[in-house]
Amino acid sequence: MTPVGVDIRNVALSFGTTQVLKDITVSIQPGEFFALLGPSGSGKSTLLRLIAGFNQHSHGSVLVGGKDVTGTPPWKRNVGMVFQNYALWPHMTVEQNVAFGLEERKFPREKIREKVAAALELVGLSALGKRRPGQLSGGQQQRVAIARTLAIEPQVLLLDEPLSNLDARLRVQTRQELVKLQKRLGITTIFVTHDQEEALTTCHRIAVMDQGVIQQVGTPIELFDHPANRFVAQFVGSVNLFAGRFRREGDRLRFASVQIGEIDLPPGLEPPSEGSDLAFRPHAVHFDGDGRTPSEGSIRLDGAVEGSEFLGEFLRYEIRVGEALVTADVPHERGRLPIAAGTRVGLSVPASELRFVSA
Amino acid sequence: MTRTSPAVAAVALAIAAFLVAFLVVPVAAVVVTAFADGQGGFTLAHFAAFAQISLMRESFANSLYVAGLTVAFATLIAVPLAYLTVRFQFRGAILIQTLGVLPLVMPAFVGASAMQLLFGRSGSVNLILKDAFGITLPLMEGLNGVIFVETLHYFPFILLNLSAALANIDSSMEESAQNLGSSGWRLFSRIVFPLALPGYVAGASLVFIKVFDDLGTPLVLNVTNMLAPQAYLRVTSIGIEDPIGYVICVILVVFSIAAMAGSWWFVKRRDYAVVSRGGAMAPRRRLTPWQTFLAYGWIALVLLLVLSPHLGILLLSFSKVWSFTVLPEQFTLAHYATVFEDSTRMIWNTFLYCGLAALFDVIIGTAIAYIVLRTALPGRQLLDHLVTVALAMPGVVLGIGYLRTFRGIELPFGGGALTASWLIFVLAYAVRRLPYALRSCMAALQQVHPSLEEAAENLGANRWRTIRRVVVPLMAGGILAGFVTSFITAAVEISETILLTSRESLAPMSYGIYLYMQSIAGRGPGAALGVIAVVLVAVGTYLSHRFVAANTPQNPTGGKP
Repeated sequence: MTPVGVDIRNVALSFGTTQVLKDITVSIQPGEFFALLGPSGSGKSTLLRLIAGFNQHSHGSVLVGGKDVTGTPPWKRNVGMVFQNYALWPHMTVEQNVAFGLEERKFPREKIREKVAAALELVGLSALGKRRPGQLSGGQQQRVAIARTLAIEPQVLLLDEPLSNLDARLRVQTRQELVKLQKRLGITTIFVTHDQEEALTTCHRIAVMDQGVIQQVGTPIELFDHPANRFVAQFVGSVNLFAGRFRREGDRLRFASVQIGEIDLPPGLEPPSEGSDLAFRPHAVHFDGDGRTPSEGSIRLDGAVEGSEFLGEFLRYEIRVGEALVTADVPHERGRLPIAAGTRVGLSVPASELRFVSA
Repeated sequence: MTRTSPAVAAVALAIAAFLVAFLVVPVAAVVVTAFADGQGGFTLAHFAAFAQISLMRESFANSLYVAGLTVAFATLIAVPLAYLTVRFQFRGAILIQTLGVLPLVMPAFVGASAMQLLFGRSGSVNLILKDAFGITLPLMEGLNGVIFVETLHYFPFILLNLSAALANIDSSMEESAQNLGSSGWRLFSRIVFPLALPGYVAGASLVFIKVFDDLGTPLVLNVTNMLAPQAYLRVTSIGIEDPIGYVICVILVVFSIAAMAGSWWFVKRRDYAVVSRGGAMAPRRRLTPWQTFLAYGWIALVLLLVLSPHLGILLLSFSKVWSFTVLPEQFTLAHYATVFEDSTRMIWNTFLYCGLAALFDVIIGTAIAYIVLRTALPGRQLLDHLVTVALAMPGVVLGIGYLRTFRGIELPFGGGALTASWLIFVLAYAVRRLPYALRSCMAALQQVHPSLEEAAENLGANRWRTIRRVVVPLMAGGILAGFVTSFITAAVEISETILLTSRESLAPMSYGIYLYMQSIAGRGPGAALGVIAVVLVAVGTYLSHRFVAANTPQNPTGGKP
């Protein structure tokens, strides 16, 4: 089956007086592995359920493969959904679960047997067809759920937090298998998650959602390197954010912040709009004398170490600069001890790592 | 999941029409009659007349007295037992659970005549006491007998509700109080008791209503100076037009609804036990040897009392003669032979009426549960509320309401008068047992995570197919349990049955037991029929527990978010 795209145009939805989705427009390409990323209550699951037909939007339209499916009941949409809790029917065996959608589509019995076997083969569960869902582990249940959905050969695959009920180790493994499966089948896939790591590692593109609005759509690297606003900067990765005012003195740009004081900005930075915050990632912070030579244009900060967390690959320092706490990550080398609290340190951030974001 | 279709609306309307016709209208007819002056106007004259009859004032006081004291004695029995099972390491827990079910298996009116023989003036216990100490206890004299029998029958309602409430209290509630320095009586009175109070109130109010409305037990014990027996006697002896009977009905209804509404209001306002569920139950404490002795002593005493009607009815059913002796002197199987010769018709009637009523109940119950929990139909809660009203309707009231509303209504195709046909039993039982079936169906559907249905729709099953292939199979255990509960409670229903039995060929078993028990000679066969009823109820109760147990753990995704 040739993959199809999903177009969501000006979609709005309210539950009572609460606006859950506000004017959502996003276009998902055929064959794309697309993530809806956001905190709980951001509307990401609502949007997914809307594509499946479980919620009816009040405005706008949803197109699957160029066809408007607004008003089409869920059972006629042919978009397969894998539920967060897998939703396997406990009164049916694994095979009966997988066969369900094919039976509803009135496939001949021989064909059903073939397709069920193929679907279970695909997820590596051929041996467990006669078991009941209650006799399977969490990971196996999840595979059954995927097999059950893929058996009907849906136009689009919807995944609602499919990894959240798995333990940490299994989650990483399953994530990688999902990527391989999606690549092999080439099916347009929409993946809902609140976990940025899941979204960044699996998906081609991500829509970051908050409060019923899509904040930014982009590839994982675009989102990380060029966050469109304060929310995206904070939600995708860690960030240092400081509010302040920009002042031009001749051809120099100065940044005055009640939090970190006045600093000189390196030349060549684009003059930002009023009300922008200065933003940089913790890993972009250099310590004086740490061997990483700061590039020409850098900003300089002076502060004192307040505390540190050892995270294995790196040390995360909290450094008091003026009124503010700056987070700085330093790669760990074997045997190196953390800088003691109270030690005064000089910091620099290269101009290329500086961003200005607004609300 | 919240969509509404015309088909759903049509089903809801049909159910509403049924409830209006066979619940609202009959009860309304009773209330209207109590306030009607005969010329279509409103009057309080019947109430004034009621208040002027000294027998009525006495009956009213007696009913309150009996219901109140029954609650008090039931509390005395149930509270220590509940506390023991939930809070202490104790081998007798299984005994207490048995105590919680045994009395409910034996309908109070069935056990009542056996209790006469065991605890009456010339009953076994008093014969022994007289021989040994020269005293007798007036346990079964007049109202005492009603209180005694009802207490033993209804204390499980308090025991079960209170145990559940105690078990629901998260251990962290008590542990944090202990951590802050509270223990012993202060811990109980300030933390445990207030948290468990809603459970106690729910059980106690239920006991109050059941006793206040009961017709069978007082009648079997020959106590007529109470409200329900008076209503029955007025309507059957003076006539269906006698307004005093309706006045009594209104009083019964008002008290029932007030007690139930009061308990709901209380439980709703004070039900905090659910705030933090999921934690472990409080660790059970060890009993000291002295406490163990007291605990087992108490349980043994209660168990002995609880078992006495069962033993009594069993002995009675096998005894040739039993009077003025501690135990029967000669045994026989003749009573069972009599029952199977004369009363197979009654047993068959019970299966027919109760089976149809229970079938009706689970169909309506499943439909209402689905409409309330899974659709957005405006006013759907009304169906639930309407059914719950049936729970508060005394059988006497509904019975009298049926007689009044449906007299003269002829069945189509020459079926005769509705009130003189067997259909009236099916309708009456179905309406009054519907709340039990509905609770069971609701609980079953709540166990089914909505995503199980969404998954079916997502894979191409429309709503009706989803209900057939996913919802109903997953609810099966609950539906069966609801069927059995409806069936067995209807099989031993006596208030409506006495009122609606127009001729003996239509009578179900429960009426047969009641009829036999009226005469000394009939006691043996009555007891035999009673034993059959008890076995039926016991098997049914066991099956219903099995169905529920088989249904719950099977649902792996039921509990997850």
